[in-house]
Amino acid sequence: MSASMRTCPTTGLKVDSTADALIKVNAVVATVALLIGGVAGLLVLLTRWQAVHLLDVVWFYRLLTIHGMNMLIFFILFFEMAVLYFASAVLLNARVPAPKVGWAAFGLMVLGTGIVEWTMFAGKADVLFTSYVPLRAEPPYYLGIILFAVGALIVVGHFFAILVVAKREQSYTGSVPLVTFGAVTAAVIAAVTLLHGALVYIPTWLWSMGLMEIDPEFYRLIWWGLGHSSQQINVAAMVAIWYLLGAFTVGGIVLNEKISRTAFVLYIGFISMASAHHLLVDPGFGPSWKVWNTSYFMYMAVLASMIHGFTVPAGLEAGQRLRGVTQGLFGWLRRAPWSDPGFSSLVFSLVIFGFVGGITGVTFGTEQINIIAHNTLRIPGHFHATVVAGTALAFMGVTYYVIPLIFRREVAFFKMARVQPYFFAGGMFVFSIAMTFAGTFGVPRRHWDVTFAQAPFQVQFSPAVDLVIGVMAVGGLIGILGGAMYIVITVWSVFFGRRLAPDESGLGAERLGLPLGIVSPPKPLPAGADESMLARHPLGHVPGTMVLVLVFLVAFVVYYFVNWKLLSDVWSVG
Amino acid sequence: MYHTGIEAPQGVWWRPVTGSEKVWVSIAFVWCLVLFAMMPLWHLRGGQNPSGIRHRVDPVAFSARVDEFIEEYRVGEEKGIPVVAPPPGSHVYLKASMWTWVPILKLQEGAEYTLHLSSVDVNHGFNLYPMNINFQVVPGYDYGLVVVPNQAGEFQIVCNEFCGVGHHLMVGKIIVEPAQLAQAGGGLR
Repeated sequence: MSASMRTCPTTGLKVDSTADALIKVNAVVATVALLIGGVAGLLVLLTRWQAVHLLDVVWFYRLLTIHGMNMLIFFILFFEMAVLYFASAVLLNARVPAPKVGWAAFGLMVLGTGIVEWTMFAGKADVLFTSYVPLRAEPPYYLGIILFAVGALIVVGHFFAILVVAKREQSYTGSVPLVTFGAVTAAVIAAVTLLHGALVYIPTWLWSMGLMEIDPEFYRLIWWGLGHSSQQINVAAMVAIWYLLGAFTVGGIVLNEKISRTAFVLYIGFISMASAHHLLVDPGFGPSWKVWNTSYFMYMAVLASMIHGFTVPAGLEAGQRLRGVTQGLFGWLRRAPWSDPGFSSLVFSLVIFGFVGGITGVTFGTEQINIIAHNTLRIPGHFHATVVAGTALAFMGVTYYVIPLIFRREVAFFKMARVQPYFFAGGMFVFSIAMTFAGTFGVPRRHWDVTFAQAPFQVQFSPAVDLVIGVMAVGGLIGILGGAMYIVITVWSVFFGRRLAPDESGLGAERLGLPLGIVSPPKPLPAGADESMLARHPLGHVPGTMVLVLVFLVAFVVYYFVNWKLLSDVWSVG
Repeated sequence: MYHTGIEAPQGVWWRPVTGSEKVWVSIAFVWCLVLFAMMPLWHLRGGQNPSGIRHRVDPVAFSARVDEFIEEYRVGEEKGIPVVAPPPGSHVYLKASMWTWVPILKLQEGAEYTLHLSSVDVNHGFNLYPMNINFQVVPGYDYGLVVVPNQAGEFQIVCNEFCGVGHHLMVGKIIVEPAQLAQAGGGLR
């Protein structure tokens, strides 16, 4: 082994210097994309808030394109590349076998990103994130995305190479940890997703130069094989981070490896069918195709999320009960480290993802209910709860651990870091619910002027819509403030934060600059801890979690059937 | 025996599921089957399904068909857009293009029509306000939906798929006349 390794004084893990560096650069570029996308998001919000209506029509759609690409592609995927290196090389004590390939892939991704940013800002690609053919951007836009995707695909291959090398060189014993298993899931889905990307963007690039024809429905089908499946990379990566943050902050356990891993495998099996959710009211596909695919083969991927939605909080609860926090149903929540931004991010991410994002997503993704949801604000309301309050918040939470563990710096403005997840989660929670509400009145998504002042016919939305959009704007602004706090904290920490000495573990008295999980890590589990050590309760061995998931189920059932009722009131259509 | 998600499990971890976890997985599984069953069930019993008649159509041919339809049932004009009153039971054509819906339709409450939607340029979105009924309108595809307006009044068609800088201008209209008026008057045309 020739790679240079350092030993982490906090965890005792050996960290390859290339992995260290690649995690850092990917995280930094992800943050830059978050900043660009965040500013664009702010301007878009201030335009959709009709009371302000800031941007002109051209820049509204241009910045909406920029917002979508930077958030959903660049921020998320660069961050996920960092997660892949962390979950493989770092967690498995392994070396990075091909540093040059790693750097070349990163370079390709940055080059692709640069080209796409230039085309978007220069007004050569006002086609929104989805760029539905035959809406046409200039050829370099598609080429940039192709280069980015090839780079990301190479990182995925590199990730698998690290796993192989780690196994062969026996850098760990037993099976890979669950968090790594989750990252493997994300990587497999990423490979499938990026191949869809190649399948759609290469022909589209050729089409943009007039070299071939593309059927608009073929484009929509394959594009969503990329567009929706890539959100499933996020889900898998986010769930892996939930388990990771649970372990770091309160010593959350894995109740049953079989169940949690099977749930991850279900994601892999049925995720490419998710493309169908966007085509439910399209003319290109028949009812049986729609029913079969929209159900992810009978909702097996939804089952997977409902399993993680139980096993993650149950792991937090059981981990704490085993350590003696046994008071009542919710003592494990009351006594949890709420001032640790890693913990608060984990809980808010889990709750908003499930209660708002999950319930709305499954409901709107039902073949017939989609008739009263498609292309209204209900859709962005749903995915801001999943991708933003869910995935992005989980990524933010783990950053507070990555800064000391990988960047070897203290977290700057730590008091602000403690409240940052509260602002971000609270704001995005209000924002996404208000947006979903506005959509039930039929307010369209992706629309510059819903007062229709210049349109030939008047559309007068109910006065409630003005109020709901006002609430949405306030929620959005609070969320953006939380996002801005995150950027200030991370950028300052990474460039100006106090350095940790190479042998400084951070263990000791509580102090500003280090999250609690590092200063005083969860106590080791009692020897031979197993189910028999969890007290008997009428509601089982994780009673608090059982109550929470039953509340979730009731909310789900009610929302789902209320939507069938709403649907039954509209014109009959068949 | 228990460990966290960042520790590598040793030995065999394929163990039976027990206790609350088993209960919840069973509940979730049953709920997923309910979710699945609802869709075929609604096809059998429900009144709103996105099935329709679907086939490919050449945009030029669709445009010509719309013109023919307008010619046949035209009753007037509003803001430069023809107003068309087709008889109940007929095939009705609506053309989306940057940035208009042509024609304006006059329908009768409670009557059945086959509403054909297509675009002659880019993707558009059919949103019927204030009903909140939404369909994707795709160039090269004819989507023929059997509709029964259940309420009289004026409805607007808002385009809700981004279709270029004039997207916000794209509002069309459907007028639904009350059943008794349509019968008594008869003088729509």
